[in-house]
Amino acid sequence: MALLETKGLSKHFGGLKAVSDLDLSVEEGEIRGIIGPNGAGKTTLFNVISGTYKPTSGEVFLNGERISGLRPSRIAAKGGVRTFQRTALFKDFTVLQNVSIARHLLANESLLGAVFGTARRMEKAHEARALEILEFIGLADIKNELSHNLPHGHQRALGVAMALATEPRLLMLDEPVAGMNPQETARMTELIRKLRDEWKITILLVEHDMRTVMGLCEYITVLNFGHKLTEGAPKEIVSNQEVIEAYLGSDNILEDDGFAS
Amino acid sequence: MSAPSDPRTMGTVVDSRRERLRRLGPWLVLGLTLAVLCVLPFEMRPYHREMTMVFFINLIMVTSYRLITTTGDWSFAHIVLMGAGAYGAALIAKHAGLPFGVVVPMAGIVAALVGAAFIVPLLRTAGFGFFIASFAFGELVRLIWVKVQFPFGGARGIINIPSPEILGLKLGSSIPYYFTCFIVALISLTILYRIDKSRMGNAWKAIHGDEMLAECVGINVAHHRSFAFITGAFFAGIAGGLLAFHMGAIDPRNFDLTQMVYLIIWVVVGGAVTFWGPIIGLIVVTIAFEWTRPLLEWRPLMFGAILILFLIFLPGGLESLLPKIGPTLCRSPVEQLARVRRWLTTFVART
Repeated sequence: MALLETKGLSKHFGGLKAVSDLDLSVEEGEIRGIIGPNGAGKTTLFNVISGTYKPTSGEVFLNGERISGLRPSRIAAKGGVRTFQRTALFKDFTVLQNVSIARHLLANESLLGAVFGTARRMEKAHEARALEILEFIGLADIKNELSHNLPHGHQRALGVAMALATEPRLLMLDEPVAGMNPQETARMTELIRKLRDEWKITILLVEHDMRTVMGLCEYITVLNFGHKLTEGAPKEIVSNQEVIEAYLGSDNILEDDGFAS
Repeated sequence: MSAPSDPRTMGTVVDSRRERLRRLGPWLVLGLTLAVLCVLPFEMRPYHREMTMVFFINLIMVTSYRLITTTGDWSFAHIVLMGAGAYGAALIAKHAGLPFGVVVPMAGIVAALVGAAFIVPLLRTAGFGFFIASFAFGELVRLIWVKVQFPFGGARGIINIPSPEILGLKLGSSIPYYFTCFIVALISLTILYRIDKSRMGNAWKAIHGDEMLAECVGINVAHHRSFAFITGAFFAGIAGGLLAFHMGAIDPRNFDLTQMVYLIIWVVVGGAVTFWGPIIGLIVVTIAFEWTRPLLEWRPLMFGAILILFLIFLPGGLESLLPKIGPTLCRSPVEQLARVRRWLTTFVART
């Protein structure tokens, strides 16, 4: 059974069909890439799967359970969590506090617990786990920095750390290497691969950086005007005539990156 | 192992002592304040004692109001929720004849229920919309008090609220009621402080910081906004209950727009980021209020000016000055003396 499945999923904004009748199936343990020209509906698809938007029609299943129509926090509780294309963090909090807040679901604190501080031992465990995640991401050294003082690459990495703090099964990354320099990009790519290999987290990835997508994903779904154009391994995708046309001659970009056959 | 004479270890010893002093400092200040507040009522003139009593009630109001604002929701209905508690307390005490110790928590529950009814539709609004919509709901309830004779007594309100009693002990006179308000305020503020510092308090601030991100990392935003609002309403109701027994009679004017504006002024003057900001604001404005009593007619103008000046020149409120003056205040007395001596020598040398 696929971990993530969408059936006839559509999201319309007035007359605009941002996502249209989309069937998608992601197996457990995959690193799946979603590409497409600007406005193809990639981010909208993320917003619908993660619950930020309600779908116009169609359904989303996570691990066989219907999640379409649920709030993002409920979907996060069921193991599906997303990061943002923009840099999203709680900027008045430190790095450690940011990750700690994302443990909210697992901490499940009551009002009485808050007043009497009964969950102190649990809090220790949560902090230990948060530190472990920061260690993995490579931010443990700066755990007490205010998050808005971090350089861009670190802020993006912190976004991933926060998503990990919810202990997801499916991690949806919206342009994880956008605006990063080559070293940061390489580090993030390595990190994503480790998340799948060592932490057994299934990855769904939207990315414009072709080198990253082609190098990281075993399987790629191409969207165009909200429709699924094609699916396949990176090699099939770069030589697919429809994909090249959809990118309107930007096949050169693929060739420049040295991936076209 | 390094010898005690090692300058590095010496440094850490001094550091740890200073650290201990720094951690102990706030507790000393708190203890001293509480001690003074325990002795004060016996030394005060009755007028000032009454004033301090109202100050305790306002303390609960301003702190519970700030708790709601930590989620980013600026309500304009908090005073009406206090009124709900006051009316609830007055009616229960008069008609059900229940004792004071039961009535005040029930006042909190009444206000929490009214707050729960408010927040359901209010969740659909945010920011300025929330502000205006909460004002509309508040006025709706207040106009019900004005228009409905039974049981609210219309514009003249409710009179002859029985004087408070706990286990046969009469609290009605000035000094016992001072301590009642003092203790209730102390308990309320402790609870509000604990919530503010808890994981839940952090989740509320996270909602204010980035609502969409908070929701996506698992914080149910609607649930927590409601929770913050209802908790705030509960404590506003407690304050309302105390006020009703203090005054012995209440009417709708006690909970009108003017009172709400004062609440806003306290928070704007003090700031709402830290727990202490609104408390500082309340203290400063209360003192300013007393000093300007002879200029009664000018007061709306003055407070309008204060509001505008603070919003322009000190938008973070007085609390935003604390990090600047804090280090100076936290220095040890020896260091303070050394500073004064240094200053004096340079002063003498110059003249």
